[in-house]
Amino acid sequence: MGKLICNQDKVNESNVQELLKVCPFGAIEYIDGKIEVNAGCKMCKICVKKGPTGVMEFVETEAVKVDKSLWKGIGVYVDHVEGVIHPVTMELIGKAKELAAVVNFPVYCVFIGYNIKEKAKELLYYGVDEVFVYDYQELEDFRIEPYTAAFEDFVNKVKPSSLLVGATTIGRSLAPRVAARFKTGLTADCTMLKMKENTDMVQIRPAFGGNIMAQIICPNTRPQMSTVRYKVMNAPERQCDPKGKITICEIDKSKLASNIEVLKVTKKEFQEDISDAEVIIAVGRALKSEKDMAMVKELADLLHAQIAGTRKLVEEGWIEAKKQIGLSGRTVKPKLIITLGISGAVQFAAGMNSSERIFAINTDKDASIFNIAHYGIVGDIYEIVPQLIKDIKSSGAEYCVR
Amino acid sequence: MDILVCIKQVPGTAKVEVDPVTGVLKRDGVDSKMNPYDLYALETALKIKEQEGGVIKVISMGPPQAKDVISEAYMMGADEGALVSDRKFAGADVLSTSRTISEGVKKMGKIDLILCGKQTTDGDTAQVGPEMAEYLGIPHIANVLKIVEIKEKSVIVEMDMPNTIEVAEVKFPCLLTVEKDIYQPRLPSYKEKLITKDREIKIITLNDFDDKDEKKYGLSGSPTQVERIFPPSVNNDRETWTGSGEQLSFKIAAKLKQLKFV
Repeated sequence: MGKLICNQDKVNESNVQELLKVCPFGAIEYIDGKIEVNAGCKMCKICVKKGPTGVMEFVETEAVKVDKSLWKGIGVYVDHVEGVIHPVTMELIGKAKELAAVVNFPVYCVFIGYNIKEKAKELLYYGVDEVFVYDYQELEDFRIEPYTAAFEDFVNKVKPSSLLVGATTIGRSLAPRVAARFKTGLTADCTMLKMKENTDMVQIRPAFGGNIMAQIICPNTRPQMSTVRYKVMNAPERQCDPKGKITICEIDKSKLASNIEVLKVTKKEFQEDISDAEVIIAVGRALKSEKDMAMVKELADLLHAQIAGTRKLVEEGWIEAKKQIGLSGRTVKPKLIITLGISGAVQFAAGMNSSERIFAINTDKDASIFNIAHYGIVGDIYEIVPQLIKDIKSSGAEYCVR
Repeated sequence: MDILVCIKQVPGTAKVEVDPVTGVLKRDGVDSKMNPYDLYALETALKIKEQEGGVIKVISMGPPQAKDVISEAYMMGADEGALVSDRKFAGADVLSTSRTISEGVKKMGKIDLILCGKQTTDGDTAQVGPEMAEYLGIPHIANVLKIVEIKEKSVIVEMDMPNTIEVAEVKFPCLLTVEKDIYQPRLPSYKEKLITKDREIKIITLNDFDDKDEKKYGLSGSPTQVERIFPPSVNNDRETWTGSGEQLSFKIAAKLKQLKFV
C-alpha cells in the first residue's frame, strides 16, 4: 500500500524528458511546469528506481490489517452439475491439502445444490476434514444470488483463510461475486499456489498475455481467493476408507431469493473436449492448406488422439474454436501432445506446457516451442508426418493401453 | 430502454518484451485498441436498440487517452459515453477496478441493462463484470450466448453452462457478460465519425463519486499485491533431434513405441 509523490522542486529542464520517458505506460505528464501522474500509472515504481534521482518517491501508507489468526482452514468450492462433481474439485482438494499441511489447517468443502447430501460422501474419500452442505430446492439451478448467499453463509460460519474455486463456467461467475461481497482479493487462473508460514497464500498466474508470470499475495484481507483451471493441479488418490464429516447447513430461505428464473435446460450434445484428451495432435501456422488436415487426421486416428490447434487455425476455419489451445482457448494436460509447425508463442504454451510429454516438430530451430518440448524435432511436417504415419502403421501393434 | 456497455482500452498486441537493460516491461504506448471482446457487448447493445429503441451509453476506465475507445464506440453507434479517470485510481486490481467503475456507473443516470465482454485480452480474468454486479447489487449472468427476448421488465437469455444450455429470464436491472460470436460486430462507420466527432465524452473523477474515500480506490483499495514478476519457466530437460525427414520420423515412431503410445 502506498502512493507516488513527485518532488516538484527537483524537476528541471534537464531531467524532465528523462522522467517522462522512463514510464513504460506514458503515465507521467509535464503540464504547466508541473509533473502529473495520470490514470495510466500501473504503480510499477520504475520512475522511482530508474528515473532521475529523488524526483519520484513512493510513500508507504499503513494498511488496515486483518487479524489472520481468526481465519483458519482452506475451503474448496465443490463444482458440480446436478450433483455430479467436476474433477477439478478433487484437484483443488489435493492442492488444498498441500497448502494446509504447511500451516496445520483443516481442509473444508462447501457443497451447494439440491439433493446432494448423498453425493457429498464421495468427497470424504479424498481427505477432506469437513464438508459443509447447503441442500435446498432453491439451489437446484445455478443462479447467482442464492449461490452467493450460501457461499457467504459458509464463509461467515467457518472463516476459512483461503478459498479455492475451479475456473469453470460456474466458478468464474461465482468466485468474483463472493470476493466482491467480502471486499477481498481474487486471483484468476492461478497456475501455482504456495503457502507462507504467516498463512498468506502465494498465487502465481500468467500476466500480460502469459509472457510474464506474476506472483500475487493478498496480505491484508481474508478470505484470500483463487480460481484454478481444470487439469492444472493433481488430484489425490482416492482412499479406501472415508474420513472427515459432513455438516448439513441451514440458511434463512429469504436469502435464497433470486431475480433469475431458469426456464429451460437443454443438454448439450456430447462433444469431444480437448481438455479431457489423453493424446493431442496440435497444428499450427505451418499447415499450408485445409486439405492437409487429412494427414493430421490420419496420424491422430493412429494415436487415438484429438486434433487441436492454434488461434491461427481457428481463424482460418480449419478447426473449431473449442479446439483452440492457449490462454484464449483451452488448457490441456494430455499424456502426450505432438505439435506440428507451431512456433510456441507464450499464449499458446501457457495452455499446454504442463502436458506430460511434448513432442514438437518445427523447421525453425530457434522456435520458442523448443524451450518447452521434451523432444524437439527440427524438421518439416510435410516430410515427417507422412513418413511417421507409415512407420507407425508398419510397427504392427496399433495401440496398447497403458 | 437504457443500456450501458463497459469497454476497455487494451494494448494492440499481446506481445510484451522485457528490456534487457532495465528489466522493465516494454510497452508501446501508442498501439492500443478496444478490447475485442467488448465489441460483442457493444454489438449486442446495438442490436437490442435496433429492435427495441433506447439509449446506448458506454463507460470506460483508464488514462485520458482511453477516450479513443469511446470515440470508436460512438462511430459504431453508441449515444453517450464517459471515461472514469483519475490518477488516484492508478494501480487498481480487480476489486478496486470493479468498485471504481461501479461508482462511475452510478453517475450514468438510469440503467436497465449492463453489458460486458466476457473478458479482456490484457487482464484476462473475466472477473470485473461479476464483481461490478455485486457492487451495484444487481443479478448477473455470465456466458450469455444469445438474447432470446427483451420484455418490458426482464430479458430472456441463453447461457452456456458446463453440460447444458440454459434459458433464463432475469429482471432488470441486471448485468450480462456476453460470449464471443453472440453477434458479428459492425465496423466503425465514417459517417458516424463525422456526426459524432464533437460529441462530448464525460470525464468522471473521484470528486464526482458518491464515495470519495481515496483509500478505497487505486492501489490503496486493492487487496491483492503483485510481489514480483518473472519470466515463465523453461524446461531444460529436453532433447533436440535433427536429421532427414525419414530419420526423424523413424526416431519419433520408435520413441512413441517405447513410451507405449503406439
